[in-house]
Amino acid sequence: MNKLNLTPNFGCEADAFYAELIAAQAGLSDEQAADWLARLTLILCNHIGDREVLRQAFALARESE
Amino acid sequence: MDLPRYPYHQSLEQRSGQPQRRPVVIVGAGPVGLTLALDLARRDVPVVVIDDSDRIGEGSRAVCWAKKTLEVFDRLGVGEAVAREGVRWQRGRVFHGEREAYAFDLLPESHHKMPAMVNLQQDQVEARLVRAVQLEQRIELRGKHELIGLEQDEEGVTLNVRTPDGLFDMRSDWVVACDGARSPTRTLLGLSFAGQVFEDRFLIADVRLAPGVRPRGLDPAKPERWFWFDPPFHRGQSVLLHAQADGLWRIDFQLGRDANVEAERDAERIKARVAAMLGTDGFELAWSSIYQFCCRRAERFRVGRVLLAGDAAHQVSPFGARGANSGVQDADNLGWKLAAVLRGEGGDGLLESYEFERLEAADDNIGHSTRATDFISPKTALSQRLRKAALDLAARTDFAKALVNSGRLSMPTEHVDSPLSTLDAEAWTGGPAPGCPALDAPLEAGGWLSERFGRGFVLLAFGWPVEADGVQLVLLPGEGLAATRYGARPGSVVLIRPDAIVAARWHRFDADAVASALARAHGRSQ
Repeated sequence: MNKLNLTPNFGCEADAFYAELIAAQAGLSDEQAADWLARLTLILCNHIGDREVLRQAFALARESE
Repeated sequence: MDLPRYPYHQSLEQRSGQPQRRPVVIVGAGPVGLTLALDLARRDVPVVVIDDSDRIGEGSRAVCWAKKTLEVFDRLGVGEAVAREGVRWQRGRVFHGEREAYAFDLLPESHHKMPAMVNLQQDQVEARLVRAVQLEQRIELRGKHELIGLEQDEEGVTLNVRTPDGLFDMRSDWVVACDGARSPTRTLLGLSFAGQVFEDRFLIADVRLAPGVRPRGLDPAKPERWFWFDPPFHRGQSVLLHAQADGLWRIDFQLGRDANVEAERDAERIKARVAAMLGTDGFELAWSSIYQFCCRRAERFRVGRVLLAGDAAHQVSPFGARGANSGVQDADNLGWKLAAVLRGEGGDGLLESYEFERLEAADDNIGHSTRATDFISPKTALSQRLRKAALDLAARTDFAKALVNSGRLSMPTEHVDSPLSTLDAEAWTGGPAPGCPALDAPLEAGGWLSERFGRGFVLLAFGWPVEADGVQLVLLPGEGLAATRYGARPGSVVLIRPDAIVAARWHRFDADAVASALARAHGRSQ
């Protein structure tokens, strides 16, 4: 079973990745930005394409604070 | 500690109306101007420093002094005192809401003379610099000299200065503006100072804890850095707690965009905020101020015979401690270059390289500081939500910890494209490449490698001695800690600039190659 990667893996410095992520939704209204995030989730799930990994990710995201 | 002053005296040149030609006039007696003055004086360049005040600015302002700055100060004779008096913190805690998201240890890196950083209030650092300047025969520090006019021609610069006795002219070969973010010199040059102004207001307060008070269990004998995102005592904003020397603590409260600045200045209101945060009123408010942060820089750092350094050239938010640290590095970069040009050993390319390298460093620092500020004050609902997600996940995963940015440790910029560097001709498996900062290491005979840097060019020879002109030779073992740090083999040599940046390196010594790299590093075209 493939394991969800939880070590930094952003392909660059984490700060640079984060700045790009924020910049990618600049100028959108809050509503548009929420839609953007939903589309992004689907795009990335498809790209990952591994149900086991995705199920682990769903569970981690679900863990309450 | 009493802060030294530099009272106004009418100079002979003002009294006589006969300007005396100077090699260098520095405008501004803050940490950057004073560092540059000391650096130039150690290189036998007489300097006049003028400042519109006659005393050190109030309040602590800059707090964190990074390793590179401490190494520069050490060379100028004040580094050991600053490192000794400064507070070394090791544990950082990041809180999110009610909970601790995670903690980290800033482990001391062994075998370096200077720590990664120390915290010491700016006025204490300036006091040391002013005293060192006042002991230095080659420096004249003139209080209550305000620059109001500037003209330059082929031969030099005329400065029109206002003093309590009226206006007079000074004349200098070179002028360096170290006169802060509102630099009058920059305005006189007509340079733009563009960038980003962050809308959020921040309240900065220095507080002294009463004896025996341990807010939230904090042991004053073991200082820690605490950063809160969205704490219960200051909802929706961030708060930073940082140690300073002599029992003083720095607290930053984010106030948001719509803060009523006048109301926030009220001392009782500030004390109430601090009391809510510390969970005690056992403290004294020593100083406070309200800021709006900016990240911007001058379009150029050089206009003919006038150069800009420090906040006059670039301004950053305080997250990551890049303001005073990068300013001191400007001074470190410029001092030896200006001295070499004045001695006729350096070409004009040397001063162009100052602008090239320090613009690169300013952009690097502005990038880091902007990212931290953006993380701390998200601008949209989604970026707020993404940050909350990162903070939630940071308690459980390493990847999310890497995203949490409350300011990154200030490191010197790597000038990989510096025109002063000679590129590697061979493969190196490690160590600082040309344009990167040289590294410290203990010496077998005692003392530190970093203590050998600064006076002139240094050639590190690993394994056996070599003979080369125009450099100070430092012989190091062909194997061991220093060799590993530099990626060196027996026979390797590394040429290091006076500002402790690697200029060139070879696995086998060749006198002609060293001479050629030295010429390039002096800004003389090849």
